[in-house]
Amino acid sequence: MSNRTFVMACLTPLFIFSLAFLALPLIRLFLASGEGDAGWTIYFDIVRKPRYLNTLVLTVLVSLATTFAALAVSTTAGMFLVRNRFKGRGSLLAVLTLPLAFPGVVIGFLIILLGGRQGLVNQLTPGHVVFAYSALGLFLGYLYFSIPRVLLTVMAAAEKLDPALEEAARTMGATPYRVVMDVIIPGLMPSLIASGAIAFATAMGAFGTAFTLATNIDVIPMVIYTEFTLSANIAMASALSIVLGIITWILLLIARSLSGSTVAGGG
Amino acid sequence: MFKTKTKMLQLFVTLGACTFLLVPTILSVMAGLTVNYFKGISSGLTLKWVYQVWELYADSIFLSMWLAIACLFCTLIIGLPAAYGLARHPGWLSRLLEEFISLPLAVPGLALALALLQLYGSLKGFRASWTFILAGHVLYTLPFMVRSILAVLASMDLKTLEEGAASLGASPWQRFRDIVVPNAMPGILAGALTVVTLSIGEFNLTWMLHTPYLKTLPVGLADSYASMRLEIASAYTLVFFILIVPLLMAMQWASARAQRITQ
Repeated sequence: MSNRTFVMACLTPLFIFSLAFLALPLIRLFLASGEGDAGWTIYFDIVRKPRYLNTLVLTVLVSLATTFAALAVSTTAGMFLVRNRFKGRGSLLAVLTLPLAFPGVVIGFLIILLGGRQGLVNQLTPGHVVFAYSALGLFLGYLYFSIPRVLLTVMAAAEKLDPALEEAARTMGATPYRVVMDVIIPGLMPSLIASGAIAFATAMGAFGTAFTLATNIDVIPMVIYTEFTLSANIAMASALSIVLGIITWILLLIARSLSGSTVAGGG
Repeated sequence: MFKTKTKMLQLFVTLGACTFLLVPTILSVMAGLTVNYFKGISSGLTLKWVYQVWELYADSIFLSMWLAIACLFCTLIIGLPAAYGLARHPGWLSRLLEEFISLPLAVPGLALALALLQLYGSLKGFRASWTFILAGHVLYTLPFMVRSILAVLASMDLKTLEEGAASLGASPWQRFRDIVVPNAMPGILAGALTVVTLSIGEFNLTWMLHTPYLKTLPVGLADSYASMRLEIASAYTLVFFILIVPLLMAMQWASARAQRITQ
C-alpha cells in the first residue's frame, strides 16, 4: 500500500462518521426548519413574535451579565493566582477549576441548594428568600460554570504577561487603578475577548442548567426543548436551533482566532 | 500601602469565588449523608440515601460507565488514525475537516440532538438502542480526542521520523504502529481521559436521545432532582462526584503533561 493510500485510509472512518452523524443530520435540521406552515419565513417569526423575541432578549441579557461577571471575577482571581505563590494556592486553583466537567443539571441542583425552597439562603435569612428559579438563579448557575472556563484562558495569558511592564508603570508613578487600566487589561485583551466569547456562547446554549432552574422563565434552549417535545412545533425548534448554533459557532470561531484553544463544553 | 490594599481586594475576590463554587458542593455532600436535611446535621449521619440511590439507579450508573468505555473505543478507532492523517497532510482541506468535526464543540448539544433525532428517529431499532446515545457521545467527544492527539503529532517532526523508518524498509502500517502511536501516547492518554470524563457527564445530547429504558447517570440525576426527595438527589450527586472528580483530576494532569510536550 502506498503512503498516500494509507493516509487516505486513515481519514476514511472520520469522514464516514462525520458525514453520517454530523453533516447529514445538520442538513436535515436545516431543511426541517423550512417545512412548517410558515415556510422559510419562520426565521422572521423569531424576531416578529413577542414570545420568541422576548426569550431571545432575556437569554442574551442573562448571558451578557454572566460574561461580564465571570470576566471580572476570573481575571481578578487569575491575576492573583499567577502573580502570587503561597501555601494553599494549589487547592484554590483546584476548587476554581473542578466544576469544569460538572454537567449543567448538577450545577442547577447546586444553585437550588443555595437558593431553593430548602436552600441555604432561605434557611439563614429570616424572610422567605427563594431565588433559584428566577433570572438571578439562572445567572448564578451560568456564572458557576463560566468562572473555571474564563479563569483557565485568562491565566494562560497572564503567565505570558511581563511583570516588568507593571513595575515600570508603578515606578513612573501610576496608581494601581491606572496600572490595571493601561497595562494589565490591554495586555490581556485578546484572551479577555476570547474567554468572554466562550462564556457568552456557553451561556447562550446552556440546556442542563436551564432545564433544572428555568421553571418560571424562558430561555432559548428551553423554548427549543418545549417547542419540540410539548408543542411538536418541529420547524420552530429546528429554526431556533440553527440560529442558536450559528451564534455560538461564530463566537467560538472569534475566540479561537484570538487565543489558541477553546475550553467549551455544555452547561 | 496601595499595593497591599489591591492584594487584599484580589484575595477577597478569589476567596469569594472559591466559596461560591465550594459551598453548594459541600451542601450537596452533606445533604446526601444526613438523615433529615431540613432538620440539619443534628438529625444524624447515614448512608441510607446512598444505598437507596444504588437500588434505584445502579442501572444508569453502569450504563454510563459502559457508554464511556464504548465511546472511548470508538473515538480511538476513528480519532487516532484521523489525527495521523490530518498531521501528515496539513493543508486547507485538513483544516476544513478539523474545523468541521469541531462543530459539536460550538453548536449546543440540544441542536445536535434534534438533528440526529430528525434524521434517525424513524429507524426504530437504532433509535431505541443504546448505540443511538453512543453515536451522540462519540459525536461530542471525538473532536477532543482528535485535537489532543493532533497537537502532540504536530509538535514533532513526524516526516523525518517516518522517512527514516521507511528507508529501513518499514511499511506504512509498521510506521504507524511503531512510531506514530508510541509518540502520540501523551496525547492519546489526555484525549482518552477527556473522552471518558465528558461522556460520563454528558447531559444535553443524552436527555434528548435517551429512552425510558436507557437512562444514563446524568439523565438519572435530572430525574431524581425532579421527582425524589432532596436527600436522595444529593446522595446521587455525591455518587456522581465520587466518580467524576478523580477522572477530572487525572484528565487535568494528563492534559498539562501533553501540553508540556507540545511546547
